Amino acid sequence: MGSFQSLPDDHQYRTLSQKTGFSLEQIAILHNRFKQLSQNEETLWRDDLKTIQDLESNPIRSQIIEAFFDSRNFQKDGVGSVEEIGFEEFLTVMSYFRAPPQNITVEQREEMRRAKLRFLFNMHDTDNDGTITLEEYRHVVEELLSRSGALGRETAKGIADAAMLEVASISVGPMAPDEFYEGITFEHFLKILNGVEIEMRMHIHFLNMDATVLCK
Amino acid sequence: VPASYAGVYNTYPLIFPGLQSVMELKMFLLVLGLLVGTGSPDMGSSQGKCSESLVQGPQTQENRTHTTHSKKPFPVLSFGYDYVRLPFEISLWVLLASLMKLGFHLMPRLSSIVPESCLLIVVGLLVGGLIKLVGEAPPVLESNIFFLYLLPPIILDAGYFLPIRQFTENLGTILMFAVVGTLWNAFFVGGLLYGVCQLEGHRLVTVDLLSCLLFGSIISAVDPVAVLAVFEEIHINELLHILVFGESLLNDAVTVVLYHLFEEFSSVGTITVTDVLLGIVCFLVVSLGGIVVGAIYGILAAFTSRFTSHTRVIEPLFVFLYSYMAYLSAEVFHLSGIMALIACGAVMRPYVEANISHKSHTTIKYFLKMWSSVSDTLIFIFLGVSTVAGPHEWNWIFVVATLIFCLVARVLGVVGLTFVINKFRIVKLTSKDQFIIAYGGLRGAIAFSLVYLLNTDHFPKRNMFLTAIITVIFFTVFVQGMTIRPLVDLLAVKKKQETKRSINEEIHTQFLDHLLTGIEDICGHYGHHHWKDKLNRFNKKYVKKCLIAGERSKEPQLIAFYHKMEMKQAIELVESGGGSKLPSAMPSTVSMQNIQPKKPPQDRALPQLSKAREEEIRKILRTNLQRTRQRLRSYNRHTLIADPYEDGWNEILIKRKKMKELEKKMNNYLTVPAPPPDSPTIARARLASDPQAWGLKSATESIPSIKVDLASPQSPESVNIVDEIGMKGSQPKVSEEGGGLTMKVPSPTKPRKDQTTDEDNDKEPQQRLMRCLSDPGPAAEEEDEDEPFLH
Repeated sequence: MGSFQSLPDDHQYRTLSQKTGFSLEQIAILHNRFKQLSQNEETLWRDDLKTIQDLESNPIRSQIIEAFFDSRNFQKDGVGSVEEIGFEEFLTVMSYFRAPPQNITVEQREEMRRAKLRFLFNMHDTDNDGTITLEEYRHVVEELLSRSGALGRETAKGIADAAMLEVASISVGPMAPDEFYEGITFEHFLKILNGVEIEMRMHIHFLNMDATVLCK
Repeated sequence: VPASYAGVYNTYPLIFPGLQSVMELKMFLLVLGLLVGTGSPDMGSSQGKCSESLVQGPQTQENRTHTTHSKKPFPVLSFGYDYVRLPFEISLWVLLASLMKLGFHLMPRLSSIVPESCLLIVVGLLVGGLIKLVGEAPPVLESNIFFLYLLPPIILDAGYFLPIRQFTENLGTILMFAVVGTLWNAFFVGGLLYGVCQLEGHRLVTVDLLSCLLFGSIISAVDPVAVLAVFEEIHINELLHILVFGESLLNDAVTVVLYHLFEEFSSVGTITVTDVLLGIVCFLVVSLGGIVVGAIYGILAAFTSRFTSHTRVIEPLFVFLYSYMAYLSAEVFHLSGIMALIACGAVMRPYVEANISHKSHTTIKYFLKMWSSVSDTLIFIFLGVSTVAGPHEWNWIFVVATLIFCLVARVLGVVGLTFVINKFRIVKLTSKDQFIIAYGGLRGAIAFSLVYLLNTDHFPKRNMFLTAIITVIFFTVFVQGMTIRPLVDLLAVKKKQETKRSINEEIHTQFLDHLLTGIEDICGHYGHHHWKDKLNRFNKKYVKKCLIAGERSKEPQLIAFYHKMEMKQAIELVESGGGSKLPSAMPSTVSMQNIQPKKPPQDRALPQLSKAREEEIRKILRTNLQRTRQRLRSYNRHTLIADPYEDGWNEILIKRKKMKELEKKMNNYLTVPAPPPDSPTIARARLASDPQAWGLKSATESIPSIKVDLASPQSPESVNIVDEIGMKGSQPKVSEEGGGLTMKVPSPTKPRKDQTTDEDNDKEPQQRLMRCLSDPGPAAEEEDEDEPFLH
């Protein structure tokens, strides 16, 4: 099946390519996948993503799916989540997982890093208030350990508390006993994940070749 | 490796030959009383059973005739050196090596300039020179001793603590360097040397192509022992370390195959295309076979360790034995023993560590480090001695040509390969990295031993090879080894990060893994993460159940990491004597109350104290309890690491739970009711002795939440302060010192006076505490254990 047969014209692809940074072939492949998932409709619903079998065993499945429908990830000042997304939004979310290109300036790298970390931050900050509170962080850890039953649930609290304390002590430093640490802001988030080279690790290899390698 | 090479040397080093003349005399000392001697006159030199037997030298005839004729006085003290000669000499050498190590570290200035390996070679040279002066033949580093006894501990140490994550992430690069790089080096050096030999004329023209290629293949392999010894001290970043080190490990297979190939056919004289093809097949067999053998033994070891819960004492033995058997088994079939050893260690480690006790874990770690350290030292000393001893044939042209070609080949190889590799890597290798990789290609004892094994009939120029190899080894170890440290500083190469892995990073690493797998699934292509996830799930579902005992098999990695961290923190604090902060330092940590949302204030039963008064009271409590803590430090500093299985630990963790409860309750109250400053409890607490300054260990800053404070025996009373005053909230204020979850613990050996007031509350958490006390689970990548230290 040719890459450009029943698809929008080249011009649209080019604008998308410019916006997201994917190559034309990659966009074509992803569009195919989009159509596969959305059963050839124009928009994608949550249930479409839920049908993917491989995602069943993923502990943070619901958060990943939510991330696709979170308008913060594809609109500049988006708020809240939407019910359905089009191909452009799908592609925008996917573009967070591109590898940094070969020759990239330091500022561009930093920008990419921030963008990726912002994506992660939005995944954790479910109530859109700009901070990850203790409850939200606990939820994250619980989800990660959700496959381990009761044992996981108890320790998840301990782990989340320990992590929160660490963030607080790294970001804020000494705190008097009366002060209250609201939650992890984006700046603090950047700081604690300083050691993890996000722009290197948060990427997947997007195919540049024919669509025949796609799975079911 | 050794079995595949010809020749087994049976001579033992004659180190103290002068003593033989002494043994021929019969010495009778009349002073000490010995056990009842036997009348038997005859003892062969290998049979000495009774220490009171007569001294026997090689000339037993004399003795026999002697004793049958006359009655000698009863030998009260006799001398039987032959009996213990071999172990005695071995021990003496090891002792010498260890004393040398000790000596170097007592001279800090020297050890910071010159890497240890150089110093050891110099010592070897001196010892060899001394022996030669005495007139004896210095011992040579025999190849089978080297390959069978000295090399395995070093490789096992490296393999067991191999950082799997970085290794697999860079596996492609490492393989490229190991296989293609070594091949390139071998052929480049061999070929060019042949050319030089042909051109040179009379003396060298006899060296044929195959000999040169063989020599090239021997000398082109980067040596893991030398790399470890040098890189170990310079602390470069993990990527470079794993690249060079991984290369040095994996090129063993290439070396074995090439050596085989050229040695076999050097007698025949020609190599056909089929031979080359067979060589390639042989390479695959050797490397994959070695890995398979290692993996099998690794799984056996993991399986065995599942049942060792009742015989904890011999757990380390299984690890060592299975690994050594893997090495030897691979050697039997001429497979790559080094790769077998690495595979065995890497495969067995996560499962074994989940099963064995903490003490066994420590034992394994320390034994491995000790053996590899001793091995390493002995190897370098013997290298020095062998240099003095070994038959040399110096040929200026050959040696200098070898040296130059080796260096050039290395540089060209690294640059060329990096150019190709960088097309496939995300994290590109910069030219600085390339320089370090090229510069770190050290040669060492393996090359030496391999040349030593060459048969002089087939290789008449063996001595010349030996000399050339020794020169190259010396050059790389001395020149490159000594200059790499200032060069690393000069080029500002990224150093190894000292920061401990934080729990946030761990959480997000796991999160990222799942996220990327999910995105790959949505994208619809089976990529790297998908397979890794599948492997993990397979591992969790089947393999772990099989190989890990008990419920530990279900423990997810994050929890295992967390428990291990807690354990480590607690042990570190105990070791450091219980001091958490200097008294004057402001508490820089955040306690639980800072992050917990405030609960609405409830009715207070006590009148509110003024803020100033509160502060004063807090300060008094703080200083007093700190002083008592300090008093205990000198005691704790000399105790060994706290044994998790001793009673004290149970109490520690129970207490901690109790403190947590108290802390929670304390959050309901906004003030601290204070006891009057000279209440009996405070007065008792003030009975501290000299405060000592104590340096902070960096560990205490990393995770503020988990702290174990050892306090004085008065701590039971400090707990009782709670009860005395009747306010449950007072305690945690004092514990504010070290962060959120500090607790007071009586020292494990002091008689315990307090009874936990709510025993029943602790039953349930005790179950969980027993869980905490059990062994650390499969470790997340741990930086501090990953680098083998060969001090």
